[in-house]
Amino acid sequence: MSSSTTPQTKDNSAPTTLAADLQDERLMRGEGLRGVFGAFGMRIRTGDLGSLPIFLGLIIIWIVFQILNPRFLSATNLVDLTLQCAGVGTIALGVVVVLLVAQIDLSVGSLSGLASAILGVTFINWQWPIWASIVVALAIGALIGFVYGFLFTRFGVPTFIVTLAGLMGFLGLQLWVLGPNGTINLPYNSWIVEFATSWFLPPWLAYTIAGLTVIGIVVSDITKSRRRAKAGLSTGPGSLIVIKAIVIAIVAAAAITWLATNRGVAVSFLLFIVLVAVMATVLTRTRWGRWIYAVGGNEEAARRAGINVKTIYISALMVGTILATLGGLLAAARLTAASISSGGGTTNLIAIAAAVIGGTSLFGGRGSAWSALLGIFVIMSIQNGLTLLNLESYVQFMVTGVVLLLAVIIDSLSRRSRASHGTA
Amino acid sequence: MTLASDLDEQRAPAREPVLSIRNISKGFGAVRALTDIEMDVYAGEVVALVGDNGAGKSTLVKILAGVHPADDGTITFNGTPVSIPSPTASRELGIATVFQDLALCDNLDVVANLFLGRELGGGAMNEELMEQRSWELLRQLSAKIPSVRIAVASLSGGQRQTVAIARSLIGEPQIVILDEPTAALGVAQTAEVLNLIERLRERGLGVILISHNMADVQAVADRVVVLRLGRNNGVFRTADVSYEDIVAAITGATDNPVSSRSAAHPTEKDAL
Repeated sequence: MSSSTTPQTKDNSAPTTLAADLQDERLMRGEGLRGVFGAFGMRIRTGDLGSLPIFLGLIIIWIVFQILNPRFLSATNLVDLTLQCAGVGTIALGVVVVLLVAQIDLSVGSLSGLASAILGVTFINWQWPIWASIVVALAIGALIGFVYGFLFTRFGVPTFIVTLAGLMGFLGLQLWVLGPNGTINLPYNSWIVEFATSWFLPPWLAYTIAGLTVIGIVVSDITKSRRRAKAGLSTGPGSLIVIKAIVIAIVAAAAITWLATNRGVAVSFLLFIVLVAVMATVLTRTRWGRWIYAVGGNEEAARRAGINVKTIYISALMVGTILATLGGLLAAARLTAASISSGGGTTNLIAIAAAVIGGTSLFGGRGSAWSALLGIFVIMSIQNGLTLLNLESYVQFMVTGVVLLLAVIIDSLSRRSRASHGTA
Repeated sequence: MTLASDLDEQRAPAREPVLSIRNISKGFGAVRALTDIEMDVYAGEVVALVGDNGAGKSTLVKILAGVHPADDGTITFNGTPVSIPSPTASRELGIATVFQDLALCDNLDVVANLFLGRELGGGAMNEELMEQRSWELLRQLSAKIPSVRIAVASLSGGQRQTVAIARSLIGEPQIVILDEPTAALGVAQTAEVLNLIERLRERGLGVILISHNMADVQAVADRVVVLRLGRNNGVFRTADVSYEDIVAAITGATDNPVSSRSAAHPTEKDAL
């Protein structure tokens, strides 16, 4: 017993020059860039794969389709791909937030269809100004999310059931709103249709935005590094910030240059990227985001920490439904019509599958906003590539199903590996 | 141990207890879980609360943590009579309770868990300040956490216990209640947590330690409060009593299974 009370002088005598977070003697320290890459390699080996497998999978999918049909990576087709991603991707982003609190929204497809029906009826049949139609559609989306959250937190109805009821109920509402014709065409000259189909960034503007983004990232990294140094914490090597910025700049410049040989970067796709980036920032930097992860990880712990768990659930479900309606509006505008098939069929499944394929756990607390972007790219690339090959839709369904299964298997395997390496 | 008892002598002079409970009773239906319980906790002292299963330890802790209200009796905190109707009231009073399940978010890192619900900074959280404070706190406790930026899931049982205890200190409590902190821990990890409890005492906190492990109790506690069948069954200064005395008080008899067993197998007592 006496040995346990002996003060451990060794820790206290750690050299003061070392940053506060690096003083533990058991930490493996690598210097500079080699240390960073060493740590990355270690993470991969212990199964902390993150989104790396999906990223590699996407590259393989692109290579395979490019071999099968050289038109796949053509600028024309890639521009189409970005246009296809924007609508469903926005829906998938909402699904990510709902999955993070370990709940599910099965009604996102119906909600997107309902949103398109509201747009069609109010804008065309009732001649409302378009912004009013959009605001009303989004407000109804928010209200539905609130009702879901209320039913879940007040009466304890599982969100699986509430949103399953919503799936059917709002599909019915969509059919009723659309009326006997079943299809309302949107005029090509309305700005929402132009926004979703024919607004593209001129190359100079695209380059400027990309340049400003890279500068913003560098400034934010340097600020963070300075603040850490000021707080006596370790800072990464400065060369890493430069390398990161250069890689992002090269990738962005290459993509913009290639897309510009056709129509360019679609504004609707830019909106989707901005939404993802904003959501990623909110989830990682704000209290609300931190509490979303906390509730998804351990609801009871979050409650005892004084977090208003009900508010978090309701707000997460509302974000899910609002983004579902926004995605529905984008999809309707791109297809220039609101019809009984809007948001039907596979929209639901694609949005949820995209979130999961991108690396968001179905069990809550793990994932990131970027998984919506990555996941929707994977699914849409498959759909787009198979369409180019003139394959029937049944092949698309089966291939997408297999990819979803593979993604979840990789996730389970990496989780098991993390567990066996003690970092579950 | 002699050093500890010397410190006791210095500490003993009559002071106001931080927490003082008198005549606390609590019933659940027809069962009287607690009857006329009395207990004092002074600043800078570790009080072990021991008793067999069903003795009322958990009920008493839950009353102090604000989970259940007491039916009868008075609780005095810093000389003022108080009521503890809710967990929030308990926390605001300055009582921090670390329950056995620890209530950590496995998916979040150590910093996020320490400051959960009390994040620092304005619109955006101030991660650097929180990380700096985390290290300060963990260093003060001589806690052995290799990195505060790893998920709590990857920490050992003792480290998780350390994080949970450290988190209870963020709100600057005066009393810390630890419910079976060493129950699921190995030898080295238990020692780590016992060291941590001594750090809490050095910081001038009153610690209520609930434990079934008499070795732990004798190692760190200054006094032992024994409950038996919902009643006080003795308060001992750890330095003055033997293991057998405490066991006798817990079981209510000198002729109990534990003492008869150690009489039959004399060597086993040393192992305990």
